[in-house]
Amino acid sequence: MELTINGSTHQIDVEPDTPLLWVLRDELGMTGTKYGCGVAQCGACTVLIDGQATRSCVTTVDSIVGMTVTTIEAIEQDSEGQKVVEAWVANQVPQCGYCQSGQVMAATALLKQTPQPTDEDIAAAMVNLCRCGTYNAISAAVRQAARA
Amino acid sequence: MNDMTPIRSGRPAQGEDGPLNVSRRGFLGGAAALVLSVTLPVGRARAQTAGAVTPGTRIDAFLEIRPDSTVLFRSAFMEGGQGVFTAMAQIVGEELDVDPANFVVESAPPGPDYLLLGGGRFTGGSMSVRSSYETMRRLGASARQMLLQAASEQLSAPAAELSTEPGRVTHAASGRHLAYGELAQAAAGLPVPENVTLRSNDTFRWIGKPVPRLDVRDKSTGRAQYAIDLRVDGMLHAAVQHSPRLGGEPEALANEAEVQAMPGVHSIHTLPGAVAVVADSWWRARRAVETLQVTWTDPAPDTPRAMPADFSSETRRETLKSTEGDGIAFEQEGDVAEAFAGAARVVEATYDAPYLVHGQLEPPSAIARWNDDGTLELWIPNQAPEMFQADAAKLAGIEPEKVIIHSPMLGGFFGRHFLYQTANPYPQAIQLSRAVGRPVKLIWSREEEFLRDAVRPLGVARLRAGLDAEGLPVALEAVAIGEGPSGRWFGRAADQADSSAVEGMAGKVYAIANRRVAQLPVDDPAIIGFWRSVGHSMNDFFYETFFDEVADAGQQDPYELRHRLLAESPRHRALLETVAELSGGWKRGPFTAGDGTTRARGVAMASPFGSEVATIAEVSLQDGEVAVHDVWVAIDPGSIVNPAVIEAQVNSAVALGLSSALLEEVVYVDGIPQARNFDGYPILRPDQMPRVHVRIVESGAPMGGIGEPGVPGVPPAVVNAASVLTGQRIRSLPLAKIELKGAEG
Repeated sequence: MELTINGSTHQIDVEPDTPLLWVLRDELGMTGTKYGCGVAQCGACTVLIDGQATRSCVTTVDSIVGMTVTTIEAIEQDSEGQKVVEAWVANQVPQCGYCQSGQVMAATALLKQTPQPTDEDIAAAMVNLCRCGTYNAISAAVRQAARA
Repeated sequence: MNDMTPIRSGRPAQGEDGPLNVSRRGFLGGAAALVLSVTLPVGRARAQTAGAVTPGTRIDAFLEIRPDSTVLFRSAFMEGGQGVFTAMAQIVGEELDVDPANFVVESAPPGPDYLLLGGGRFTGGSMSVRSSYETMRRLGASARQMLLQAASEQLSAPAAELSTEPGRVTHAASGRHLAYGELAQAAAGLPVPENVTLRSNDTFRWIGKPVPRLDVRDKSTGRAQYAIDLRVDGMLHAAVQHSPRLGGEPEALANEAEVQAMPGVHSIHTLPGAVAVVADSWWRARRAVETLQVTWTDPAPDTPRAMPADFSSETRRETLKSTEGDGIAFEQEGDVAEAFAGAARVVEATYDAPYLVHGQLEPPSAIARWNDDGTLELWIPNQAPEMFQADAAKLAGIEPEKVIIHSPMLGGFFGRHFLYQTANPYPQAIQLSRAVGRPVKLIWSREEEFLRDAVRPLGVARLRAGLDAEGLPVALEAVAIGEGPSGRWFGRAADQADSSAVEGMAGKVYAIANRRVAQLPVDDPAIIGFWRSVGHSMNDFFYETFFDEVADAGQQDPYELRHRLLAESPRHRALLETVAELSGGWKRGPFTAGDGTTRARGVAMASPFGSEVATIAEVSLQDGEVAVHDVWVAIDPGSIVNPAVIEAQVNSAVALGLSSALLEEVVYVDGIPQARNFDGYPILRPDQMPRVHVRIVESGAPMGGIGEPGVPGVPPAVVNAASVLTGQRIRSLPLAKIELKGAEG
């Protein structure tokens, strides 16, 4: 099976229903994308598939053949992603940091689709869980990234 | 834990002890670059010097100054989001005269140098900064003095003519400079000074300032590595399925051959209370182990900590509520019996709070590797490496010195990563690694984690207050019924109360002349643990919510009554006034907000972990549920190191405290926890997060903790506000299980 991830093509030899998350982490060694729940509840595994924020823990690899996957490892090569990262740093968003790859990916997807999001847009898009409660810092950082 | 039986191994065991491919941070360079640094492996240094070391004094155990003048610092305390690595860089950097931004901080290995907490070591109790502040300042100052001495020799200038600026020594008279990196090797050979002068507080550049955290960029770009992300050469992956009821053992596997034939499966194993599959990837291991059809035995009669088949959280709650007795006094003042006898009115209530899981977002994992030299190497999330080392050595049957512990960044902890019987994955990883003869990385799925986490105990408290004719409390008795985690894991004398069971009802600051706080111990069948703010996480809810009942019974405003009872306690009264002012002046409500909703406010105070906290919450009712709009927190930790980190920690504490108040509850039925993932155990969502307003007060009192103190005030402030709107007392958490009626919208 052939997957396009961060602009590179990878030949993958796994069962077709393997979740993308585990291909990224175990097969390709890209551990920036996190496992938190495995059932699309927390969002720590969020990646972009054709630009859409997608939970890779429930996305089987056979469902995304021919699509474009972007992970946190390539986020700084993306113009919106770069803005998001800088806003994350400026707002000192992360605490434990475990959910933040997914948060950054969700924010990047939002700004790609809605460059000037309202507070309601942000609330609708930024739904990933954070046990450290960085939610206010996340909203502030998304607003700042949209202004950048 | 040594009766593991490999059922079948599909491949021959291979001894692979290849080098760890966990990369060290690039800019630190190779080992040859280290100068002011330890030159022996820490394990050997420990063996040679154990008993002779004064913790926190040997500079080379903590500091490496590199040729480029950057500093590698080994922290006795683990980083898990609370910002302690940055705090250490600020404290040491201030005295060493190195910008914290030029520090790289990592967790120190086990060793006598790091036993900074009364000869022990753990990351918890909000103790890290306050317990090591002076010691770490002295460490930095000592290293600076050695660098000055080395510079004096190299420049042939008297030390008195030398000064430092960040990262270098300056000789003003000659205009010469030497970078720390150029001096470190010579400095390392000098004796550690007996006495050092610490900087005057008014010259601090970094302590007390909102210094950016050292790990934020790595954590914003996916580069930060947690235990679950690590990989060693030649490792296999493992997943487990536990007995649903604790104490059961695997009896029979119905479809072993089918599972053995699944893709990537290496071998199937039975473990104490679990079955495991080792495979070439974790996903394959997990799918295989969950395909296994396992018959579990009922626990043998003498199985320690086996969960009874008829156990439920509901019966536990009722058992505690109906357990009679006054308990073992922890705190007594005045004559409670006489005061109740003379009271004009007595108010009584029974409160309860549920079991909770930690819900840290990183599921626990462990990598175990047996090395050719007989050492066992472990990469494990932990809050107490020496304790894990000792336990692992016992399990492995080797000396503790032969167990090498690596302590990666924690993806949240909140008390999760202490040593808890049956709640840590590393014993399984050790056994599996030995069985397959290769390194093994074991991850517990979220479902296995929720099954085996050490839960915050379910708690019940009976409270009673006596009021005088004016409606003022003259007597208060609080009895905590149940078991606390300190008693469970560190023992409790039969005639003594466990402080972790009563803290938050004991240690309150109000001037009530006659008081008695006690624990009525009733052993908890569940595996209980420390959960951020421990006993305070429920006891301040019990006490401060009951306080509002007392105020109402005496027809007193709850804020004014608190204020009145703090007349002789200026620090607390000032803090209460501060949070009121921060919120725009106290008002209880109900009142109509600018958006037309009906709202109310609640107030609570807490004295957790050496700090003082006053909290106000503003809530409304929306469709029978509590919506929290704003939380104001005034926190007085005495003195501070990083106000930005404190503000972040208070935000975090508000989120966790609110999550526990609104949503969280582990329900046991038939001895089994029902929720196995976040779908069945909701935690606070972004849209439920209130605005958080923080005011830090530095009263100059001895330094208190930061990580936990923000939690305990939140549930009572929220519930006190909700009760204003509903007109009904809420004495049981979480609020989600109660249908709230009252002033909606």
